Amino acid sequence: MVPIAYYLVLGAILFSIGVCAFLIKRNVITIFLSIELMLNAVNLTFVAFAHMWNRIEGQIFVFFVMVVAAAEAAVGLAIIIALFRARQTLNVDQVNLMKD
Amino acid sequence: MNDTLLWLIPTLPFAGFLINGTLGRKLPRALVSTVALLATLLPALIVLKLWIYMSSAGAPDHFSLTGAPWIAISGFQVNFAFAIDHLTLVMLGIVTGVGFLIHVYSVGYMAEEEGFWRFFAYLNLFMFFMLVLVLSASFLLMFVGWEGVGLASYLLIGFYFKRDSAANAGKKAFIVNRIGDFGFLLAMFLLIAHFGSLDFATVFGQVDGAPGLTGGFLTTICLLLFVGAVGKSAQIPLYIWLPDAMEGPTPVSALIHAATMVTAGVYMVARCHVLFDRSPFALAVVAIIGCATAFFAATVGMVQHDIKRVLAYSTISQLGYMFLGCGVAAYEAGIFHLMTHAFFKALLFLAAGSVIHALSGEQDMRNMGGLRKRIPITFWTMTAGVFAIAGVPPLAGFFSKDEILYQTYLRGGALGYTLWFVGLVTAGITSFYMFRLWFKTFFGAPRFDEAALSHGHAAHGDHDEDLAPVHAHRDTHATMVAEPEHDSGQTAHSHGVHESPAVMWVPLAILAVLSFIGGWVGVPLALGGHNEMEHFLGPVFHPVEHVAEHITSRGAEPLLATISVLAAAIGFYFAYVLYYRKPGTAAAFAERYKGLYNLLDHKYWVDEIYGRLIVSPLLMFSRIVLGGLVDGLVVQGTGATLAGGTRGLGWLVRRMQSGNIRSYAGWLALGAAVVIAIVLFVVHPASANTLTR
Repeated sequence: MVPIAYYLVLGAILFSIGVCAFLIKRNVITIFLSIELMLNAVNLTFVAFAHMWNRIEGQIFVFFVMVVAAAEAAVGLAIIIALFRARQTLNVDQVNLMKD
Repeated sequence: MNDTLLWLIPTLPFAGFLINGTLGRKLPRALVSTVALLATLLPALIVLKLWIYMSSAGAPDHFSLTGAPWIAISGFQVNFAFAIDHLTLVMLGIVTGVGFLIHVYSVGYMAEEEGFWRFFAYLNLFMFFMLVLVLSASFLLMFVGWEGVGLASYLLIGFYFKRDSAANAGKKAFIVNRIGDFGFLLAMFLLIAHFGSLDFATVFGQVDGAPGLTGGFLTTICLLLFVGAVGKSAQIPLYIWLPDAMEGPTPVSALIHAATMVTAGVYMVARCHVLFDRSPFALAVVAIIGCATAFFAATVGMVQHDIKRVLAYSTISQLGYMFLGCGVAAYEAGIFHLMTHAFFKALLFLAAGSVIHALSGEQDMRNMGGLRKRIPITFWTMTAGVFAIAGVPPLAGFFSKDEILYQTYLRGGALGYTLWFVGLVTAGITSFYMFRLWFKTFFGAPRFDEAALSHGHAAHGDHDEDLAPVHAHRDTHATMVAEPEHDSGQTAHSHGVHESPAVMWVPLAILAVLSFIGGWVGVPLALGGHNEMEHFLGPVFHPVEHVAEHITSRGAEPLLATISVLAAAIGFYFAYVLYYRKPGTAAAFAERYKGLYNLLDHKYWVDEIYGRLIVSPLLMFSRIVLGGLVDGLVVQGTGATLAGGTRGLGWLVRRMQSGNIRSYAGWLALGAAVVIAIVLFVVHPASANTLTR
């Protein structure tokens, strides 16, 4: 049996990669992907803990996260398409009309 | 005597001020003048009634009216209270009587001016404050009147406020008076500190009850009070505002700057005679300042060309005489001269106004001459005034001036004789410059431009602007042209030299009669009179010993009177020779003594000296220290620091709101990391231990 710590460390690594990608990347699609990565890192941790305590709630919560992520993907991708149509770019640094 | 009636004396002019001041703009001129005249005539009648009452047998010497309490703080109390004694009565008579005559005259003189209602509103306001000043029973209420007349004076000097010189003259008068008022204020503080009261009766009673109280402390109070009097009554060194005050309309010069307001200082010294009597040093200062001013102003008056300026310097000089009288503790003589001076100087100013009126605004005596036949009523009335001020018997000025000189002589000692001699010389100079004015204005060949005058006002707008320094009337005539709506029927103006209307010459005639006979109430015993004036004022100034001992040795008086008449005659002779028989000699004289003439012509450069010594350094101080350091560094610096700090903070905080999603995310991540770190290491240090193990 794989120790719980392995799962948790993997989740943490995935989450950190998501955070770093979110902070570093400029392409809005990639940022979107990194958000998904963070969500799934959390999902992994949920499942690992659920298995460890033999509780079902963690797994149920993962479904909620997935549903929210799907909804978010639908809305987010729509926004990205609208954004691209308006600005002809996916670079977030150039989407700064509200800044000044 | 009905108390309500007495309260009405100052209240009526105030009501007139309120009516004319608020509604006057919309009212017709006839109504404005009716209100203003009633507001001064009725108090005059009340004063007359009061006078009859107080002269009747068995009437009290003095009584007081106490109104509502004004200030009451822990034992110190001031009421709205009036006190009436014979001194007040004389002042009331002068203020309301002469004031009313000048109001009547103004109706004619100002008939065509813009701001007619404003003029009468201010004039009534002045009457109100002046009456408060003379009626008040305490220093504080007197100070209210004192400041109030200063305000009215400021407003009226600056009546033609569109002209810079008038506005500046008003400011100058106000600021210079402020210096004197400061002395008055300090004196009041000392009085409160020492006597715990500002009530005349209380303070004077305490001084009377403490015969040991002399010297230093009282001298300080007296000198401070005198500083106030010096400011208000235009004595050395604060006289400089009065000549400039001639920028105001001529009736104002007559009422405020000759007959009443400027005599407030003399009244104040006389009112506080109890204090001054205790301080020989203060009295000597009063006498010396008065005498020096009399001489000094008279010499300047000799060379002035503007008819009103001659009279202004003459006023300063005569006020000096009054202070000389007070300074030798002859308060009756000072007040007596105050009264006769009010008559003849008001007359002289009004007559000068009539001359100016006749010449459509000309004030420079070099452009007058030969007016004797053209404006006979003005000539004869002015003649009465000139002879009265010159000290020709039996006119008013002779008796009052002579009384002062005699009392000065009686004071004795080196100081007394010196003052007497200077006063005597001044009398000669006075006679000289007044007859100079008389000859230059009314005799000789006309020097004005008849053609320009008969062309009416249109010619006057741009005509000889470079001559006289004061153009009170002329400029307003010029503005009148631009204001065709005035149709008050005074079109006689445009027909050259003309006599003034009856509304102007009747007051002149009354004042001329008063200038003639006004002195007869003070004919001394030695000259066959009874000196009613001294008896009348006796109870005020000598409540205990009464007049008995004053009638002692008057042997020298006829001799001294003869000497002063001689001085006046010499002055007349010089004026006659220089300005009538050989008109060219005056210029030759001025040429020969060029240095002296320049000194006098520039008024001893006093304005320039003050400008250099006081005004410029003060301006410099204000500009550099107050404007530069205090305002620039402290005030603006504080503001700038606050504003800069706020802006800097905003700049810092604004950086966070970059609009950059990744930076927000970075802050978010950092925040989360910090929260986790806190939870791990601070809130649950035990778990951290498990982690690190």
